[in-house]
Amino acid sequence: MKFKGTVTVWLKEGIFDPQGAAVKGSLEAMGFKEVEKVRIGKNIVISLEAEGAAEAKDLLEQMARKLLANPVTEAYRVHVEEEKAGAER
Amino acid sequence: MKFGVVVFPGSNCDSDAYHVLKDVIGVDCEYVWHETRDLSDFQALVLPGGFSYGDYLRCGALARFSPVMDSVYRFVDEGKLVIGICNGFQILLEAGLLPGAMLPNNVLEFRCQWVDLKVENTKTPFTCLYEPGEVIRVPIAHHEGNYYAEPDVLDELERAGRVVLRYVDASGNPTLEANPNGAARNIAGITNEKGNVLGLMPHPERCSESILGGRDGRRIFLSMIKSLETGASLSF
Repeated sequence: MKFKGTVTVWLKEGIFDPQGAAVKGSLEAMGFKEVEKVRIGKNIVISLEAEGAAEAKDLLEQMARKLLANPVTEAYRVHVEEEKAGAER
Repeated sequence: MKFGVVVFPGSNCDSDAYHVLKDVIGVDCEYVWHETRDLSDFQALVLPGGFSYGDYLRCGALARFSPVMDSVYRFVDEGKLVIGICNGFQILLEAGLLPGAMLPNNVLEFRCQWVDLKVENTKTPFTCLYEPGEVIRVPIAHHEGNYYAEPDVLDELERAGRVVLRYVDASGNPTLEANPNGAARNIAGITNEKGNVLGLMPHPERCSESILGGRDGRRIFLSMIKSLETGASLSF
């Protein structure tokens, strides 16, 4: 079965995110006074073949641990969905 | 005695390091393509600065899986010397050969400037020719040099004398103003536990001859040569 995994990686809580801080400053300057915090991360979208969703998730977790995120500074979250046959990516 | 300068796709300080070792200092030196697996000819390796793999994903994250890296782990195990400069330091961190990680500079700027560094430990194979506490001037050029590690890791590095270089002002004080990137405790360079691996953000290869505005960096390479010649082991 084909799956689409999305691994979201961002700086751990408590680590200063200069990009997020700069964007927060701009949002405030634009008048969005409601903004309390901005954190910037990245999404890594991976299409893969697996027996089932559990295996797909397990593989993506391994990829995240070993390469996609640096455990010293980054946190990650893995999301998996089945890729519909013929669906546009 | 032969030095190897590892060339990853995107390395760009490889020629500078090679030039200093071969032409300025006059030690035997060869480029080592990142697909090389046999490092038996070498006693010391330079992981040079640059943008290996375009800095994609994270600085040094992809270089860490280059074929040569398996051999670099063995090289380190054998007690041979490895110096990682700038991107080379980032690769050593990603490879787990040094503790911690790099964050983007806290100033949102690529910092390209001269910095003053205090040599905090002169009992390493990389710094044995400096005076204890000596302040040297070396250039930096990076966007991700904000060294980060958990407080207990930092404490252990300090305790064991593994913080070898620190950003300081001209009088040798590690002030906030002297810190160009937000690095924890003004750390510019650290060694591994055994002391045969040094990672540093500043570029000693860019200040090893007077025509380039300074030569304070040269003694890093000369120290390595002296240590290899004398077979000096570390005495932390």
